[in-house]
Amino acid sequence: MNYHWNWHIFFEPAPDGTGTYLDMLLSGLVLTIETALLAWVIALVFGSIVGVLRTLPSKAVSWIGFAYVEFFRNMPLLVQLFLWFFVLPELLPRALGLWLKQMPHAPFWTASVGIGLFMSARVAEQLRAGIGSLPRGQKMAATALGLTTVQSYRYVLLPMAFRIILPPLTSEFLNTIKNTSVAITIGLIELTGEARAVQEFSFQVFEAFTAATVLYLLINVIVVIGMRWLERALAVPGYITGK
Amino acid sequence: MFANFDFDVIRRSLGYLFFDGMTFTLTLTGLAALGGLIFGTLIALMRLSGFKWAGRIAGLYVDLMRSLPLVLVIFWFYFLVPYIGQWLTGSSRPIRVGAFTSSLVTFILFEAAYFSEIMRAGIQSISRGQPAAAQALGLSYSQTMRYVVLPQAFRNMLPVLLTQAIVLFQDTSLVYVLSIPDFLGAASKVAQRDGRLVEMYLFAAAVYFVISSAASFGVRRLQTRIAFVH
Repeated sequence: MNYHWNWHIFFEPAPDGTGTYLDMLLSGLVLTIETALLAWVIALVFGSIVGVLRTLPSKAVSWIGFAYVEFFRNMPLLVQLFLWFFVLPELLPRALGLWLKQMPHAPFWTASVGIGLFMSARVAEQLRAGIGSLPRGQKMAATALGLTTVQSYRYVLLPMAFRIILPPLTSEFLNTIKNTSVAITIGLIELTGEARAVQEFSFQVFEAFTAATVLYLLINVIVVIGMRWLERALAVPGYITGK
Repeated sequence: MFANFDFDVIRRSLGYLFFDGMTFTLTLTGLAALGGLIFGTLIALMRLSGFKWAGRIAGLYVDLMRSLPLVLVIFWFYFLVPYIGQWLTGSSRPIRVGAFTSSLVTFILFEAAYFSEIMRAGIQSISRGQPAAAQALGLSYSQTMRYVVLPQAFRNMLPVLLTQAIVLFQDTSLVYVLSIPDFLGAASKVAQRDGRLVEMYLFAAAVYFVISSAASFGVRRLQTRIAFVH
């Protein structure tokens, strides 16, 4: 292989004048984490609402939830980001569209909202499955105790359902982090984008991508360890994984 | 809102969008699903083989692929495949690899990790009596797998495999980062050439939506039918 390796490249100053190539990658890492966290908050909030809607007895309400999930699941994330970024500002009233286009850090906000809503459909499906997996007696017991629907979700169903779906939620969170790299297409220079920039400036393709790979693996390991700890901390004694 | 909506730009580019773009997307999806399934099944067999090192290597491969964003993997292989080609053919320089080959290799290797997890679950769902009975009949390991275990695992997992294929269909749009004219790439080219981003992206979104919805509707029906047989 006649490729010229140069691992010292990371400590050489980058041409963009902000520091070394390593600094470039690390600033990308920070942006990846920020985008993923904001997207995850949005995904959890909207996903929880829609997931609950889908389990309610009302046909109409559960159909709204179904339509929401289908809408966000049946289009590629990349296309959804294009819709938010290029199409939405044109369809809004002129002033509002202009404000959206001129907003500082537009790619960051667009990516967070776009990825957040995309992931919320998946969170909703997980939550629906979690609520569905609870024994029917729980809902009945809550009703028998005189709890309203809101109360039975708030105090009985959701606390159990969220604990049950913690493991799949972990992988959805990891997916959220990975999906932030799609935002490279709307100009968000996150970790993958910075690796690409390092490659373009320095021609050291494989070093740049290796570094990005290692950083992604590192995020994965940290998230998995953190979520394992959370699972143990929240486990209900005598139930499923509880000890 | 839709006052200056130009439907004609869509009509004019239909041929390019579907004959060039969609053909690329569907060919890539089909071949990558097939290749990913074959390679993924081999990885699953490696993991379940009982050979410690084979299992460990296969596990590492799956974990690595599943922790990386597809966009990064696409970039990796885009630059790596010419060197792999050089190594395979023994030529003196990195060989030129076309956009289609490069993305096909990427998607086969990436999707294999996901298909292998599905096939592994499928193989493990077969009751232990089945391979035991096959062995009692005198079938060899490869015969047991080929004629007894894998057909059933494949059948049980068919809905999940097809769902993964739909995800793959949507994911192929990411070859956009290599400026390859797949369906979305073609739409984007027309959009930028004619300054008609709104029309083209809405149309592309609608096409993806219709195809994916129809496919997942089909998978759901298949699921109930398979469940009924059991």
